[in-house]
Amino acid sequence: MLGIAIFTILFLLVIGFSLFFKSLPIMKEKNLWELLTSTSWKPFKGDFGFLPYIISTLYVSLIAIIIALPFSILTSIYLNSYSSRSICRFFEPVVDLLSGIPPVIYGVWGTLTIVPLISNKIAPHFVDFSTGYTVLAGGIVLAIMIIPLLISIMLEVFRSIPREMTDASLSMGATKWQTIKKIILRKSFPGIIAAIVLALSRAFGETMAVLMVCGNIAQIPHSFFDACYPLPALIANNYGEMLSMPSYESALMLAAFILFTIVVLFNGLSRFTLNQIEKKYQFS
Amino acid sequence: MKFLEEKIFKVIMIGAAVIIMVTLIFIIGTVFYKGLPSLTWDMITKIPGGGFYLGKEGGVLNAIAGSIYIIAGALLISMVISIPLVMYINFYLPNKSHFASLIRFSLDILFGVPSIVYGAFGFALMVYMGIKASLLGGIITVGMLIMPIMMRSLDEVTRLLSRDLPNALLSLGSTKFEMTKVLLRQLMPGLMTAVLLAVGRGIGDAATVLFTAGYTDNIPSSLSQPAATLPLSIFFQLGSPVEEVQSRAYASAVILTIIILILSFSARYFSSKFLKYKS
Repeated sequence: MLGIAIFTILFLLVIGFSLFFKSLPIMKEKNLWELLTSTSWKPFKGDFGFLPYIISTLYVSLIAIIIALPFSILTSIYLNSYSSRSICRFFEPVVDLLSGIPPVIYGVWGTLTIVPLISNKIAPHFVDFSTGYTVLAGGIVLAIMIIPLLISIMLEVFRSIPREMTDASLSMGATKWQTIKKIILRKSFPGIIAAIVLALSRAFGETMAVLMVCGNIAQIPHSFFDACYPLPALIANNYGEMLSMPSYESALMLAAFILFTIVVLFNGLSRFTLNQIEKKYQFS
Repeated sequence: MKFLEEKIFKVIMIGAAVIIMVTLIFIIGTVFYKGLPSLTWDMITKIPGGGFYLGKEGGVLNAIAGSIYIIAGALLISMVISIPLVMYINFYLPNKSHFASLIRFSLDILFGVPSIVYGAFGFALMVYMGIKASLLGGIITVGMLIMPIMMRSLDEVTRLLSRDLPNALLSLGSTKFEMTKVLLRQLMPGLMTAVLLAVGRGIGDAATVLFTAGYTDNIPSSLSQPAATLPLSIFFQLGSPVEEVQSRAYASAVILTIIILILSFSARYFSSKFLKYKS
């Protein structure tokens, strides 16, 4: 049992190191900085520029957070402070199901509804033509996928605020809303930031759903209505051809390594913050 | 004035909650609306026939069977590893052990690692061990994906368990191992919840099996054969230009959604059953 325990801790390092060693060949061939900032992706000529993919990933994830955040904050405040027990209990399965629906289903739904919506209704107001497979479509689908994560973490953060604090505020004559603004939101600010970072890292790594709706054209997207090509989609789409070329495989493993490093870093930071919060307010 | 602001915000908050709920209904509704008309008995009882990808006869039994095989294997592996680990950090380590919190911390991070990274790592591992894309590869990779989920959710329910029973057992002179066996029985519903959550996540994930399990029109008969999976089958069929094949993708999506709905609701049932043992 001790062995399993140690193995679990080391497992993270094992994944990290093996991806790192797999991506060493390409990093020896080319300067890492050059790889990360070049925009030219021509594997068969030996050009591996990750910039379009990195920008795409950031772009889609940021849109997702911007859309998801207001909904999740408002809903979790409501569930935490206003709603009755029965509404809370009714809402739990909704969050559960949203987080349980597989990415592929989100992708199918996205291509059925969001993509035509953007192509026919939204995009014509802004640009001449858009296929609908865009940054925006990826962002919207992703937003729905991270909402359950945001809500469940924020609820936990809100619940960790000691009852005495809100009671004190209420007994001084503050309204519920004033208490929420001045006490709950202020006290849980670090927790909310941690939740956002966690959701962001989830968004970075989401593969299938985004891949199905974002167009997959290797370019730096200039507007909401351009197609984009995030890092996970790059890995997923090219696994078949990469076998024949060692440097290609190594480049894709580098993509996985970049993704892994960022996600582990973000996750580590936000989990650490959340654990600190939990410890701080635990009286038992 | 301060009440007006509160009222306005309350309306907005309820609006946000309602929108989220409606979105969920809309997603499931759309999938069912598009998929149900082409969902036939053949879809779930037949493997793809000749010309299946041109719209001819056949079903996705290969993918359903493949998914079930993979998740069953993955579940077995992850249970064998998770249960002892969770028992260890909860009953063997001291109450506020730093080692236990370090393990929980790394589990949390492992939980956050994207499935595509597990896929890439699994692929690298398979190349290293000389395994081709196969059922075994899929089982190992999905096993890695669902292990942190299992451990973390089993750990959560174990922590809720009252400390009285273990203390009583120990004071009666039982060993820690005997105590763990008794407690495991009480943890059964919690274990079921953890299993169902893990299965739900594992069965719907496409990115992990993309490199590692391969794809085939047949039902795999040994560990070294490639295996189709339901999410991938949806993805590939959706990419087809033929309309019948696309509508079959929607029908397969309905099958997957129904599986997820069942898993999610039974998880909820078992976790409510567990609550009666809570301290």
